[in-house]
Amino acid sequence: MSAATEEAAPAPGVERERSPVSEFLRRLAQGEFASVRVLVGIAVIWTIFQIANDRFLTSINLSNLVLQITAVATISIGVVLVLLLGEIDLSVGAVSGLAAGVMAVLNVKQGWPAELAIAAGLATGAAIGLFNGFMVTTFRIPSFVVTLAGLLAWQGALLAVLGSTGTVNLSDNLITDLTSTFFAPGLGWALAVAVIAVYAFTVWWARRRRASAGLEPQPLTGALVRIAVVAAAVLAAVAILNDDRGVPLAALIMISLMAIFSFITNRTRYGRHIYAVGGNAEAARRAGIRINWVRISVFVLASTLAAAGGVLAASRLLAVNQSSGASDLLLLAIAGPVIAGTSLFGGRGFVWSALLGALVIGSISNGMDLLALASDVKFMVTGGVLLIAVTIDALTRLRQQTSGAP
Amino acid sequence: MNQVDETGGARELSSSPAPLLALKGVSKRFGAVEALKDVDFELRPGEVVGLVGDNGAGKSTLIKSIAGVQPADDGQAFFEGSPVRLTSPQAASRLGIATVYQDLALCENLDVVENLYLGHEVGNGLPGMDLLDEPAMEHRTLELLDSLGVTTIRSVRTEVAQLSGGQRQAVAIARSLLGEPKVVLLDEPTAALGIVQTREILKLIERLRERGLGVVVISHNLANVFEVADRIVVLRLGRAVASLDADDTKREQVVGAITGAEFGGEEIDRTTEEQTL
Repeated sequence: MSAATEEAAPAPGVERERSPVSEFLRRLAQGEFASVRVLVGIAVIWTIFQIANDRFLTSINLSNLVLQITAVATISIGVVLVLLLGEIDLSVGAVSGLAAGVMAVLNVKQGWPAELAIAAGLATGAAIGLFNGFMVTTFRIPSFVVTLAGLLAWQGALLAVLGSTGTVNLSDNLITDLTSTFFAPGLGWALAVAVIAVYAFTVWWARRRRASAGLEPQPLTGALVRIAVVAAAVLAAVAILNDDRGVPLAALIMISLMAIFSFITNRTRYGRHIYAVGGNAEAARRAGIRINWVRISVFVLASTLAAAGGVLAASRLLAVNQSSGASDLLLLAIAGPVIAGTSLFGGRGFVWSALLGALVIGSISNGMDLLALASDVKFMVTGGVLLIAVTIDALTRLRQQTSGAP
Repeated sequence: MNQVDETGGARELSSSPAPLLALKGVSKRFGAVEALKDVDFELRPGEVVGLVGDNGAGKSTLIKSIAGVQPADDGQAFFEGSPVRLTSPQAASRLGIATVYQDLALCENLDVVENLYLGHEVGNGLPGMDLLDEPAMEHRTLELLDSLGVTTIRSVRTEVAQLSGGQRQAVAIARSLLGEPKVVLLDEPTAALGIVQTREILKLIERLRERGLGVVVISHNLANVFEVADRIVVLRLGRAVASLDADDTKREQVVGAITGAEFGGEEIDRTTEEQTL
């Protein structure tokens, strides 16, 4: 089979004669650029909801959408990291609730300063992640089982922490300001310009380094298109947000976390090793990578990010209650990255899929709320979209394999 | 490294001085099973040795004892004339012994460059921000593949999942060369490959010989072994029963040695001294 694949391959050079446009279309059809496919999906969803209700694409609704997805998108960053390892963390929802509960009780009932209370919440997440990673690496228990147990246990822990009152209302300004601070328009534009400038610089720097290493440069049009797309998206987002209340601090926190973890996964040895462990753990081990250390650290990061998401969610709700981190939060946090092209089987995916997936799911949920649809319809539609997205992903992967690109 | 100037002189080895690698009286037991019995083995720079034998003859055990994965119970090892202890994979690789196992140990989700440098990534050396230096790694990958005559991989940024079996084997062999080894052990490099790909891998092995490396190739395929090897070492029931010059040997002789028909368990190439530790 593999012999046929190679013999069927076109001679070197044939591919380079194609125009950049047809090359792009070919790669798109073969299932590369998962993010492009998701963007198209988001455009379709937005069009449908805009036709159904013309308030959908207003700046106030889109601003709300951004605020609605920050918590789940933050949790999803950690989920992406765990999925890259080929593991899963089913406890992220419960951990987000427990971390928020710890923060709330320490701040409100014990009178801890907000900074310390938040730090304690994050530390709770980190400790749970350490435990998960330890169980998975030391006793070789599948992460599915360890974190499924955690899903139940940490929900119970949340009930215990909250005590008999059941609900703790948050009033500390520092905590509530996390999701109720909006930057002045000028500051928003300055941020946009800074983001675009940094992105353009990194693209230019990478090209320059390739050139100085004597490598064939990547097509200039591709680089310019990528910069243009990012610039347009950032400017449009800031324009919409500024038209309403301004760029929310919570969104800036989420985007910064995305950028940091995207950078770590793509540019550092540690990130490379995460992909390697997810791709072939035995090969990674033989290459001298400390695979258990990589696994444990990723579980710690995932639970800590879940805790951060829980803090953001509590700040937005202005309270922590017995259902914090429960219901469908966990499934949405996992479904998002998967919809946007991160594999459930390890080694393939990207951090930004956390944002793209959260946008898809958040848009559907938000649009159906606008249409005042009942929960029964909402659940079924969300489930259907998840299935469709994953099916499209599976189909393109099949096509990728049968096309036998060498 | 006084063997450097011998590159290309593969066929006039009989006069060359110290072997690169020499094993004397190596034995290995697994419980009641004697996997290796008093095996002597030599490998010279710029020499390709084909290691053949029936299933269970001890080929893999011998390779693993050289690679330090399953250290031998008994016997001596000499590397470039000095006694060494091959007790761990790290010890073997420090000496300059690289091994390419049959499973290749590649990450399918990573591209060629990423696989080549896995675990030994090149950083840009910025203090406090030691990031991956992709252009440097890509540049050296291209150079290395080019020097090995690997031309079928169109882009070194292709995921290994999309490469053919022959291309993967080439990537695995290229990776073993990054540490500048002196000895390369190849476990069944042409198993499961098509005709064209097998040819490419054999050519690649010849390039390794031209570089002055000592190469040990395990293979079931005698035709391939005859094509690429300078010397053929036959193992049978854990003993080295023959060491034959590939040019002056007929296939039937090797088959005879493998099955025990011709040499009748009599060791041809063994010293009578027992030099066990």
